[in-house]
Amino acid sequence: MNYLSQLEAKSVYIFREAYKSFKDLCMLWSIGKDSTVLLWLAKKAFFGHVPFPLVHIDTSYKIPEMIAYRDKLAMEWNLTMIVGQNEVALKNKQTFPDGNATRLQCCKRLKSDALHRTLDATYPRKKLNLDTGEYETEKNAIPFTGVIAGIRSDEEGSRSKERYFSPRETTNDWNIEEQPPELWNQFNTDFAPGTHIRIHPLLDWTELNIWEYIHQENIPIIPLYFDQGKGTRYRSIGCAPCTFPIQSTAKTVPDIIEELRTGKLSNIAERSGRAQDAEDGGGLETLRQDGYM
Amino acid sequence: MLEQKERMDIVMAGHVDHGKSTLIGRLLADTHSLPEGKLEAIRALCEKNSKPFEYSFLLDALKDERSQGITIDSARCFFETEKRYYIIIDSPGHIEFLKNMITGATRAEAAILIIDAQEGIQENSRRHGFLLSVLGISQVLIVVNKMDLVQYNKERYDSIVQEYETFLNNLGVHPKQFIPVSAFLGENLVTQSTRMPWYTGDALLPCMEAIQKETARDKKDLRLPVQDIYKFTAQNDTRRIIAGTIQSGTLTVGDTLTAYPSMKETKVTSIERFSSPKLETALPDEAIGITYSPQIYLKPGEILCKREELAPLIDTLFRVRIFWMAQTPMQTGKTYTLKLATMRVNVSLEEIVHVFDTQQLTQTTGHTRVKRYEVAECILTSTKPIAFDIPDVCLETSRFVLVHNHAIVAGGTISASIHHSQNSEVHEALQGNTQFSYGTITPAQRKKHLGHEAATIVFCGKKANDYARSFEYILYTQGYTSASIIFEKQKNVTREVESLYGSQLRITIKTALSAGLICVCAVDSATLEELTHTQLGPLGLINCNESPSQESSYHCSSLDDLPRLVKDLIADNIISNIEK
Ligand SMILES: Nc1nc2c(ncn2[C@@H]2O[C@H](COP(=O)(O)OP(=O)(O)OP(=O)(O)O)[C@@H](O)[C@H]2O)c(=O)[nH]1
Ligand SMILES: [Mg+2]
Repeated sequence: MNYLSQLEAKSVYIFREAYKSFKDLCMLWSIGKDSTVLLWLAKKAFFGHVPFPLVHIDTSYKIPEMIAYRDKLAMEWNLTMIVGQNEVALKNKQTFPDGNATRLQCCKRLKSDALHRTLDATYPRKKLNLDTGEYETEKNAIPFTGVIAGIRSDEEGSRSKERYFSPRETTNDWNIEEQPPELWNQFNTDFAPGTHIRIHPLLDWTELNIWEYIHQENIPIIPLYFDQGKGTRYRSIGCAPCTFPIQSTAKTVPDIIEELRTGKLSNIAERSGRAQDAEDGGGLETLRQDGYM
Repeated sequence: MLEQKERMDIVMAGHVDHGKSTLIGRLLADTHSLPEGKLEAIRALCEKNSKPFEYSFLLDALKDERSQGITIDSARCFFETEKRYYIIIDSPGHIEFLKNMITGATRAEAAILIIDAQEGIQENSRRHGFLLSVLGISQVLIVVNKMDLVQYNKERYDSIVQEYETFLNNLGVHPKQFIPVSAFLGENLVTQSTRMPWYTGDALLPCMEAIQKETARDKKDLRLPVQDIYKFTAQNDTRRIIAGTIQSGTLTVGDTLTAYPSMKETKVTSIERFSSPKLETALPDEAIGITYSPQIYLKPGEILCKREELAPLIDTLFRVRIFWMAQTPMQTGKTYTLKLATMRVNVSLEEIVHVFDTQQLTQTTGHTRVKRYEVAECILTSTKPIAFDIPDVCLETSRFVLVHNHAIVAGGTISASIHHSQNSEVHEALQGNTQFSYGTITPAQRKKHLGHEAATIVFCGKKANDYARSFEYILYTQGYTSASIIFEKQKNVTREVESLYGSQLRITIKTALSAGLICVCAVDSATLEELTHTQLGPLGLINCNESPSQESSYHCSSLDDLPRLVKDLIADNIISNIEK
């Protein structure tokens, strides 16, 4: 079995284990390359279906193409699409673009807080009506106890230590010093009331593996990752005010693979286009322990 | 364009501070596997905090890890050679974090054990070696590190090698290679060091490249644990799909499969994959789906095997080797949830056979508790039968974890079923099939001689002994020739001894049957369970308890019932009519 198939099979196993173990399961979809590979792997695991909702946290500052791409794919693939937002912070303009917060504070409000409150159903959720193409407020929303997320070990130091099934306490904290054991293919699928589990099917994948797999499977990826002729492209995508493109003329998936393989990007960290990382002195551990994705 | 290399996952183990993280960090640096500037960033960080530079900071990313210079949790890191992709798993050497070391080690297929040349073999050098053998990781390289601190001295190296090799060999672990290195200085990591001309072997990296992948799993018997069964009706999908990952063997469309423990059979109609080439065969590690006919009702947790291949064991009682990781000890009589392959079942700890001393490699008996980080041999009993293998047959379906209070508290492997065996010789011996042959007189000749056929009548329950004796006397008065086997058992024996009693009883009965006799037995319910797995010919089970029992269709609650029982058994052809 080749390397990519081995990665795929392990991820599929994790998906199926999650689906079997959690009645209230969802998957975070950031529209980026990793979580889109994640979405593809879900289709692999469930033979073309995606039998749980996808959750997207809309900061309202996302690059506009991202939202259009999200809704297009949701309609095409019959996805149950749920969108959450920190409406209060946006209304009160407590954001970085409004000049009322640092980048990190803004991330915490519009992403971390919005995520927690969307997952535990204390913020209203919007659900895409696949017949009309409109978002409607979800009635009787319930908290999710299993949350699938597309993080990878090679992204950052603390992530290299993550579990495939990572318990989160009531406070959403990641108790990184006291993670429970996880042996072979047996994961932490049991959880105490009030807690939930983050599930990480992509831990063993590297950035290069992601692109190789996108190529092998021909997965539709948002074009922001490719140079459209201006000599720049995004390597990591997020909010428009804090995400900047890198210098690159990679126009296709094989171009990107080539770029990564030959080490052209080796002096640029993957998230270097993300301004909030730099503000934290490079280490995201604080934000991450707080539940930031 | 996409060449596809194989992948190898290796764990780094050994005592605290012996240089595991340093070695990995230096290996990444020397193989140019780090993003540019990463090393410089660590250097700057160390300088800023007025600390000497440490390669281990490349791995030890947590704040507490850096401030204390210790690894707390296992980390994955990636690097690549011409030959393959590696995932190297750094693990902590401190006893406090042993559960994290085990977590890391279970992800690996090979291990590098590291020993500090100056400090020599320490407690966790031995403990980690022991655990690797329990986890079934047999491909091991030994690195003797910090050779710079002992002036690259050959005698020091030799004495460590000798002592540690003896220790590992006693565990059945045979290291592929011992390598003297200085991780910090990069001696003997990627290329051969000039500092130790007396060492003629390869540097570490070439030794890693020489580790072979275990590839024989496709030659073994099929094991496909049922992970789930799907019927997604969306978009008019009508398929009912069994989903699972093949643990060993191969699966082909048209195969007849048996599900264990339910023993239901079905045939593979198709192998399902999403957006993949349609292939008629699936190999180990593939996460596939199958459609099947007939539509048997299955539950997740069963193991699908090919009908004609070696069956897994099915039992409620099994011997296990276990390592305990929770603060609260494991205790006899307590109940835990066992997860093996895709199956979950409640088990209780029946008996602790012995606890290992991981330092002296001795065993002690008489325990009722297994404490944190102890390794023990135990007997578990499950509330319903489960299917499993012993490690030699299929490692993946012999491993299990125990769950308690929402957390994994132990891991282990099943080493034997108490009632059955996959070793055919042991199985046959316990069944009493091979030790004896019973002469040349045929059953028909015996029938002519005695006037009736052989049969087994088993009384079980209250006053079973009395009823059996009286029953035999009635048969005797009617002209039958019989043997009475009243099983007088000592109270409170272990389940393992119980099983040996069962085996004795089986052989005794078989001998009496071979003589053509009516065998009248009295047993207790545990022994009865042993007998129900045995081929004994015509068999009448008589329940002597007030409450009805599933197995028995006959009942006896007073001596007055016995004449009627004889009539019923004759009418049902269990005891043949006497012809004399
Ligand atoms: N002189 C010398 N020092 C070394 C060598 N290898 C490691 N060290 C030092 O030994 C100390 C411990 O090294 P680590 O790599 O943190 O040890 P470890 O085995 O990862 O420790 P834990 O993960 O906490 O169990 C550090 O200060 C290293 O610099 C070596 O080859 N020579
Ligand atoms: Mg370390």
